[in-house]
Amino acid sequence: MATIARGHRHDRGDDFGGDEFGRFEPRGGPAPGAVRRAARTGMLLALLAITMMFVAFTSAYVVRGGLSDDWQPIDMPRLLWLNAGLLLLSSVTIEEARKALNRGLRAACNGWLAVTTILGGAFLIGQLVVWRQLAAQGIYVATNPSSSFFYLLTGAHGIHVLGGLLALLYADIEAWRYRLGPAKRTLLEVTAMYWHFMDGLWIYILCLLWFGR
Amino acid sequence: MAQTGEVAILHHHEAPKGFIRKYIFSLDHKVIGIQYYFLALTAVLVGMTLSVFMRLRLAWPDATLPLIEGGKMTPEQYLALLTMHGTIMVFFVLTTAPQGGFGNYVLPIQIGAADMAFPLLNMLSFWVTFLGFLVMIAAFLVTGGAPIAGWTGYPPLSAVGEIAGPGQGLGQTLWIVSLAIFCAGALLGALNFIATTLDLRTKGMSLMRMPLTVWSWFITAILGLLAFGVLLAAGVLLLMDRIAGTSFFIPAGLVISEQIISHKGGSPLLWQHLFWFFGHPEVYIAILPGMGVTSQILSTFARKPIFGYKAMVYAMLAIGLLGFAVWGHHMFISGMSPYSAIAFSVMTLAIGVPSAIKTFNWLGTLWGGQIRFTTPMLYAIGFVSLFVSGGLSGLFLGQPSLDLYFHDTYFVVAHFHMIMGVAAIFGIFAATYYWFPKMFGRMMHEGLGKLHFWITFIGVNAIFMPMHYLGMVGHPRRYADTTGVEYLGSLNSLHVFMSIAAFITIAAQFIFLFNLFWSLFRGQKAPENPWEATTLEWTVPSPPPHDNFGGNYPEVYRGAYEYSKPGVTKDYVMQTTPDAAAH
Repeated sequence: MATIARGHRHDRGDDFGGDEFGRFEPRGGPAPGAVRRAARTGMLLALLAITMMFVAFTSAYVVRGGLSDDWQPIDMPRLLWLNAGLLLLSSVTIEEARKALNRGLRAACNGWLAVTTILGGAFLIGQLVVWRQLAAQGIYVATNPSSSFFYLLTGAHGIHVLGGLLALLYADIEAWRYRLGPAKRTLLEVTAMYWHFMDGLWIYILCLLWFGR
Repeated sequence: MAQTGEVAILHHHEAPKGFIRKYIFSLDHKVIGIQYYFLALTAVLVGMTLSVFMRLRLAWPDATLPLIEGGKMTPEQYLALLTMHGTIMVFFVLTTAPQGGFGNYVLPIQIGAADMAFPLLNMLSFWVTFLGFLVMIAAFLVTGGAPIAGWTGYPPLSAVGEIAGPGQGLGQTLWIVSLAIFCAGALLGALNFIATTLDLRTKGMSLMRMPLTVWSWFITAILGLLAFGVLLAAGVLLLMDRIAGTSFFIPAGLVISEQIISHKGGSPLLWQHLFWFFGHPEVYIAILPGMGVTSQILSTFARKPIFGYKAMVYAMLAIGLLGFAVWGHHMFISGMSPYSAIAFSVMTLAIGVPSAIKTFNWLGTLWGGQIRFTTPMLYAIGFVSLFVSGGLSGLFLGQPSLDLYFHDTYFVVAHFHMIMGVAAIFGIFAATYYWFPKMFGRMMHEGLGKLHFWITFIGVNAIFMPMHYLGMVGHPRRYADTTGVEYLGSLNSLHVFMSIAAFITIAAQFIFLFNLFWSLFRGQKAPENPWEATTLEWTVPSPPPHDNFGGNYPEVYRGAYEYSKPGVTKDYVMQTTPDAAAH
């Protein structure tokens, strides 16, 4: 067990491997950067699972729409398009945050992160307003299969965006405390992956709702 | 320690000190694996108890039963038992123990990792699953009791609320919520398994050097990742039909309990498609880990390399892939187009090919081996036997013309209990007897283990083989009582026989429980490598230290099954032995 005594400790979030001086020794174990790669793999897999869920919703949407003679198209509130614009814009800003962090511009990164979070929050509030507008027209979840799916798809997407927003808030706190150095950029990177996916998913849902009316 | 000189240093993690962080909210994959295992053990005791009551009711319809109000079980109560037995066994036993239990414990060690990729998610996935179990059990305790819609929860009866019968109120809602929670836990687990296998393998552990157990957990996790999201979506839709007044699954003009249902336009078949798109892969989620552990054990105790390693890997991949294209064979009697039925049938029968490859290779592994008949070996051979006898009836059910007759009979009950129930359980037993020394540092008692095996093996055949005949005669399943049905009258003695066989088999499980708990405290101390096996978990102490390798990651030089290698003194070569040291 003498070798253990020589062992050293470092954070599992380490990106570089090697000992505290960055030197490499021949060794077993996973390849350097494995933890960082695993984080990206894990996020991709999570997105795949979410995709399967929305694939299932889509097939239900197509089948249920094709079956019924009671389907009444709903007037899609125009606010939806503005919301989509906000979300698209937030994808741009989170990219800017990521780039700034990679260049070591921490203050700029913090700024872009804050903008992203605000845009994400605005999107969710916008979606709630859309729901209120529909409710004001007397269109509720159970009114018609089309409205059921409208609330279902926007709601399921909204919950996922809310999850992303919580992750963003966590990243914000880390960033404001200047704990989000280049070595911890994985956190921001996987959050950005998720955020872009939510963006793409929203475009997909909008198309589905629009063309499936 | 394995070749300490060869191995360099990496992480050395301190074990947590407090009881709660160490045993309750532990991040250690080994503790989490054991937690999953004991959750499954609790669940299987509940599920087994339910089956005792069902067997009593079936064999002695007029007898007064204990614990049942009035002593006589109503058909609704029988359906509630049937529903809960199926759900608890499928989700909280067959999905939980092989993957969450053994997969969690063994996979990181077998690939040379200190832990899972995301220890926090791993802990969450267990506690979420545990919460799901509590919610499921709560369904027994609410007004109306447990749901009666079967483990498949078919609408419209599962969607319209309590007018569909006792248990279809709050009980059914809790059932759906429990499954949704379970899905979340299973998804967290699945992505952890895949990321760990892909990214945390130690140096030299190429994909084709991985033990077949790792392959089986890896493929199982992929199936889980793709399937549970669909079940979750279906569950959300069903829940909305129940509580938000939507009509995804409820058709128009429905009259239930003399009440007209106001919903309209939905399709119960939509649920069936979504459910079975999940449900068929679920069958493989239950059985694939058993295939992995069987391969591992047969090779170890036949002292031979596994026959056709690559074929075994590709066969498992093929089974996993085809598993997503056959869900329609659960719906042959739903009135689907005969053309679709033929397509599903062809895909279903095609699964016979990789299954036959696996069986052939298991036999090839045994052929000419120096077989050591230990308890895990007996269970692995038992797995092969049950996989064949359970699989053969699948060839009948996979054909629409035959399934039309068999579908609602005991033939199906016989089929899925043999292959998905008992074969998978044998995989769990094999894994328990095999890895117990590693997990708890003590050997299980061999004599008790063998006694347990023989009674269980003969017992399960005595329970489920006669069910095939019941099915062929046309005995419908899901019925509490067929008294007065003339053509079934002569079959009652068969029911009595199966019930007695079931009680003896269940009694034998207490031998196992005794062996398990007795060995935990009194078993013979286990050495590092009691079975003289080659994979990485046998290079570390029993039980392994907190970070598995004490900071010294192993390096892997060879495949997982190098037994009886020519020119080598010992009859096995560890994966960590360099070529120069092997001779």
